[in-house]
Amino acid sequence: MDGATAAPQNLAEDTWTVAGRTFRSRLIIGTGKYKDYAQNAAAAEAAGAEIVTVALRRVNLSDPSQPMLVDHVKPDRFTFLPNTAGCFTGEDAVRTLRLAREAGGWDLVKLEVLSDTKHLLPDMEETLRALKLLISDGFQVMVYCSDDPVYAQKLEDAGAAAIMPAGAPIGSGRGIQNLLNLGLIIEQAKVPVLVDAGVGAASDAVVAMEMGCDAVLMNTAIAQAGDPIRMATAMKHAVIAGRQAYLAGRMPRRMYAEPSSPLSGLI
Amino acid sequence: MNLILNGESCAFQGVDDVAGLVAALGLDARKVAVERNLEIVPKSAYARTGLTDGDRIEIVHFIGGG
Repeated sequence: MDGATAAPQNLAEDTWTVAGRTFRSRLIIGTGKYKDYAQNAAAAEAAGAEIVTVALRRVNLSDPSQPMLVDHVKPDRFTFLPNTAGCFTGEDAVRTLRLAREAGGWDLVKLEVLSDTKHLLPDMEETLRALKLLISDGFQVMVYCSDDPVYAQKLEDAGAAAIMPAGAPIGSGRGIQNLLNLGLIIEQAKVPVLVDAGVGAASDAVVAMEMGCDAVLMNTAIAQAGDPIRMATAMKHAVIAGRQAYLAGRMPRRMYAEPSSPLSGLI
Repeated sequence: MNLILNGESCAFQGVDDVAGLVAALGLDARKVAVERNLEIVPKSAYARTGLTDGDRIEIVHFIGGG
């Protein structure tokens, strides 16, 4: 987490760094649930995203001519962040990301180890175990986690490259449910903190960034908007607005009114 | 030769290594990753990684995900 005291004046210089890689865009977008990969690519451009999450699955061998993600959302244009979505054990996650590394050569990955298909909240005990396995295998790991400051600290101590608490369950669009916990996680973290999951509206992204998150990761909020491309643009501006507001420092909250027009010189 | 390919039993003739299998399936080797009996096969080793009857092969690629 970087402090408001070091606020750069020029927006272009306001970068963030994870695992030694520096980015300008603070909006990471998922590549699931779009109508097609062309719409996905257009949304990624509209969002100004530099990183996109991707999943790893079996090739459909009955139709090798089906559209491929990499032909639309190109790995030379975006940093691919392979995920472990659908993994419920540490071994599943390690196996998946080893294959992802072979498929594309990336060592920067997103770990998510899920517990229950109903709420898709992370199994933190298994997530921490998987993180240690991945780190010993040379991966740089951004970790999807619960909004628990205690576990967030354990992940950081174990070597997580970024802490990515869920604001709300994946795909729920409910916004950040526990602002207090998120604030505690941001305050203690020395690695980037990203809200991952739960963002539904642009205002949710603003809140995350105003609180001091380094970036926001979202998928469904854009992909399932009425107009995904326009929503991608909205999210880009929301993240910038929240970041700038955080750097600017908000006014103090007061109990009573304070007039904006001088009380002296009244006629 | 029978392989368990992405979980399904498949018969192949004239395919004796991973490079040959990827080519026979019409896949672009740059866009996939291959696992043989739970061991990753590096792209550089496709041609020298032989296949034997009953091998369990997984061929995966990136798709959209969050």
